[in-house]
Amino acid sequence: MTPVVLAKSVLLGVPLWLFVSSLLTFKPAWLKHLVSIAAGVAVALAMVTLIPTGILSYMTTFILMASIYGVLSLGLNVQWGYTGLFNIGIAAFFAIGAFTSALVTTVKPTGFNASFTQQAFGLGLPFWVGLLAAGLMAGVLAWLIGKPTLRLRDDYLAIATIGIAELVRLVFQNERWLANGPQPLRGIPQPASCLAGNGCSWLPGFVNDFFAPLTPRDYPFVYVAIVALVLYVVYRVLERAIRSPWGRVLRAVREEEASAAMNGKDVAAFRMQSFVVGAVIMGIGGALYAHYVVAIDYGHFDPLYGTFLIWVMLMLGGSGNNRGAILGAFVVWGIWSGTSFVVDLLRPTLAAISPDLPSRGPYIRFFLISLLMLFIVLYRPMGILREEKVVSLDRDLA
Amino acid sequence: MSDTNPVPGSLPRSTGTRSEAESPAAPPLLSIQGLVKDFGGLRAVNHCSFDVARGSITGLIGPNGAGKTTLFSLVSGFYRPDEGRVFLDGEDVTGLPSHLIFRKGLSRTFQIPREHKSMTVMENLMLVPKGQLGERFWNPVFRPGAVRAQERQLREKAREVLDFVELSHMADQPAGAMSGGQKKLLELARTLMADPKIVLLDEPGAGVNPTLMGKIREKIEQLNRERGITFLLIEHDMPLVMGLCDPVVVMNQGSKLVSGPPAVVRTDPRVLEAYLGGQYGALEG
Amino acid sequence: MRLRPGERFQRVIGSPIAMYVVLGLVLVALVIAAQVKGLSGNLLFSLFVRGVLLGGTLALGAVGVTLVFAVLKMANFAHGDLMTLGAYLGLIVVALLPKGAPLAPFSFGYEFLVAFLLVVPLVGLVAFGLDRVAFRPLRARRAQPIMFAMAALGLAFGIRSLVYIFWGADFTFYYSGRARPAVELFAGVRVRPDQLFILGLAVVLIVGVYLLLERTKIGKAMRATADNPDLARVSGIDTGRVILWTWLIGGGLAAAGGMLYGLDVQLRPEMGWWLLLPLFASVILGTIGNAYGAMAGAFVIGIVWQMSSAFINPAYGHGIAFLVMVLVLLVRPEGLFGKRR
Ligand SMILES: Nc1ncnc2c1ncn2[C@@H]1O[C@H](COP(=O)(O)OP(=O)(O)OP(=O)(O)O)[C@@H](O)[C@H]1O
Ligand SMILES: [Mg+2]
Repeated sequence: MTPVVLAKSVLLGVPLWLFVSSLLTFKPAWLKHLVSIAAGVAVALAMVTLIPTGILSYMTTFILMASIYGVLSLGLNVQWGYTGLFNIGIAAFFAIGAFTSALVTTVKPTGFNASFTQQAFGLGLPFWVGLLAAGLMAGVLAWLIGKPTLRLRDDYLAIATIGIAELVRLVFQNERWLANGPQPLRGIPQPASCLAGNGCSWLPGFVNDFFAPLTPRDYPFVYVAIVALVLYVVYRVLERAIRSPWGRVLRAVREEEASAAMNGKDVAAFRMQSFVVGAVIMGIGGALYAHYVVAIDYGHFDPLYGTFLIWVMLMLGGSGNNRGAILGAFVVWGIWSGTSFVVDLLRPTLAAISPDLPSRGPYIRFFLISLLMLFIVLYRPMGILREEKVVSLDRDLA
Repeated sequence: MSDTNPVPGSLPRSTGTRSEAESPAAPPLLSIQGLVKDFGGLRAVNHCSFDVARGSITGLIGPNGAGKTTLFSLVSGFYRPDEGRVFLDGEDVTGLPSHLIFRKGLSRTFQIPREHKSMTVMENLMLVPKGQLGERFWNPVFRPGAVRAQERQLREKAREVLDFVELSHMADQPAGAMSGGQKKLLELARTLMADPKIVLLDEPGAGVNPTLMGKIREKIEQLNRERGITFLLIEHDMPLVMGLCDPVVVMNQGSKLVSGPPAVVRTDPRVLEAYLGGQYGALEG
Repeated sequence: MRLRPGERFQRVIGSPIAMYVVLGLVLVALVIAAQVKGLSGNLLFSLFVRGVLLGGTLALGAVGVTLVFAVLKMANFAHGDLMTLGAYLGLIVVALLPKGAPLAPFSFGYEFLVAFLLVVPLVGLVAFGLDRVAFRPLRARRAQPIMFAMAALGLAFGIRSLVYIFWGADFTFYYSGRARPAVELFAGVRVRPDQLFILGLAVVLIVGVYLLLERTKIGKAMRATADNPDLARVSGIDTGRVILWTWLIGGGLAAAGGMLYGLDVQLRPEMGWWLLLPLFASVILGTIGNAYGAMAGAFVIGIVWQMSSAFINPAYGHGIAFLVMVLVLLVRPEGLFGKRR
């Protein structure tokens, strides 16, 4: 067991730990976490030693991207799954989050570089500030768009969110001064990248020593641990908020609005809260994405990638169920990546049909995803995991 | 029953006391003044005015389509009136959204039950009370203990209400799975969870068995007597209305026809005419 | 009657007059902004004319959206992509036919007209077929409105990915490389002859829709179904036929709009998605479910869109449509011709 194996296993153990611990239900909590940490690290060790490096890092980035989409899907679940708000402009909040965090954490280039990368400001603040700012800005945007539309019928919100997504994209495409216009905004810092580099000054020496064998190429192992932690925190916060009177009101509003209003619930306010909370989570998801891909431009927030894929994830996983939302993200991301393999394999065949076809592989995949969406709507509208029957806290009281 | 385990700071004790209720000088708790509501070409409520005295159990009767339910919807903020005013406890509440009217102490049931179908019966009830800590979403996240304690009290209270309406066995069933009569009971049960000043009941007896209806009637009288809750109820069961309510308001074609003590109303020729003109002949029934 | 100040404000703000005043103010603001920027009245006027031209194309799409809204009570988010589909199917026909000379003064030849006549009914049928596959099962099980919207979204992205697969992501023209000179119409207003053709055809189609809705049995049946589906059914109207015709008309007009837009501007796989916003803005402005309102709305949106391009980056064109829509939603969500609840 080489030091590098150990270091990778500990990092990869984090998502596995959190996964196992959210499956276990026994108490006390410390024991549960002890068991799941042990299990997580053990599985990670086995993976790191047994699986060839190339496949292992592929799996790591897979978990990483699926977890980011898991955050976005959780955000949508608050809005649609629990409240029935029809947001087809996820890309807007995704993009606002990504660009906000990028602007907050990068430093505005000066001198020669300034002519290549223009941006309105660059605060050079830490990653976690970026995450918070991303959530905040996405929430503000949601409030602005929710104000005129949430009190109207559902279709209006849908079309308004499509509109805001397009507008946000247009702004980031056309305003060079804001975030480098049509050119990518580059150099978004990767949090704790020092761990896979020269060591972090803010960490005690032995930790740095432990992770010293990692090279910058191993950075996804570091980031997957961070993303998994964020996903877990979001999940836990949402579970608490949903299994409470708040979640109960959201559901009541969704099912019989008039009755909820007649029983003293300010329907508009609850819809707004749900819309904003969902958007904040989407914004955080956007920030996580930006710090992973390092360079972002408006093209990343296309309605196909930025909105539609996330809808398919939630619908397939099971709207109204937070685990379903995360499961859906993993399954659909799996299908999405899997079809990429298939299309690659079919390259020669496609080339034989038409020389243009191989380069249009992604669209073939999107066509399949569209079919999947129709299939879900028509045959499996409940998704894989059904909505849970009781949302009140009574399991603790039984 | 709601005296047990009130949720702290949220469930106001009864405000109307007997002496206040009987004082002749007291302004009406609910005052309906010249309400009008049109649906397309159809005028469902036509310059309807009457008062509901504090502490009374007022009956509202009238043939089918007289506009009674629509009047409830206007008073409770479900519809906006085209004309007219509604005063609750001296305050102009015309056109206020339903949830604000509820918070001012008015609770209303629906003639056709509107339960939250996929939520359990218990959850349908626990939803109702005002001032729940856990309705602010940061509280369950940061103060789960306090929220849980309050939930325990709400559950206790809901259990009692369920016992009373004899629905305890349905507590954990989805509300959508209940029979029509049970849903009407759930509507009533929700108002019992609300601790209101005034309750508007839209045909509480329809589809409920007579024994239970007898108990409901006793409970209404008890709540009225002991806690000063005012009732305004629509009912087609004439013996019940004539026995329970005083005064009785008769509506016809969107307006008030007559009002007065049951004995006077039942013998008024205009009332008989209104009913016989419609499909009802059951006034004496 | 006594009104509280808030109520009076709401009534004033929500009256149709207020709406016209707002629209008027938008126009006045545009003109004033032009003065400030020193733009010539001439330029503004040509933009106005271009807006009318664009409005004609938008109207074709908007009518379909609003008819589907009225009859089927669903927001069809696939409508823009039906326009794309029409445009690209037209491209196939144009490419397959032997090339003829342009029909002077227009830039297109007989192929375009043939394509138009073929594609319009074809897309109508496709729309009906998609309804059979995706929406009818949902209606049968009385699914929530949101399921319809999701299905529509699935169709929209499905159609778009097919367009990408067959034609790639680049823009294209019906007649690549053919010159499309503009001529002076009057008073320095320059338009291309094609655009006059487009507007003329759009007006013909709009009049056709009007006659169909007002004069034919099926049109009356459609209006009756829109007003009250249950009543229509019990009074013996064949709902199936109404639905068939709704899609034939809606889909056909979408294809027409798509082809004309493609002829005027260019063909892109995203064109329909981008048009969706102006379409819905038109429909909401003209009151959901009101076919004539949608047409009127389309012209307003077209004009504002074009005229705004004098002041701000034209790339924001459909963003402007969105802003108009938000304004309508704030001031008078039921649109110009709706009744206040
Ligand atoms: N939402 C609505 N849209 C159109 N018409 C309505 C609506 N609600 C009620 N009406 C009409 O208004 C009139 C009054 O109806 P309402 O339900 O208030 O009568 P009601 O006195 O409660 O009758 P019942 O004793 O049968 O319950 C009826 O003619 C009814 O058809
Ligand atoms: Mg009634």
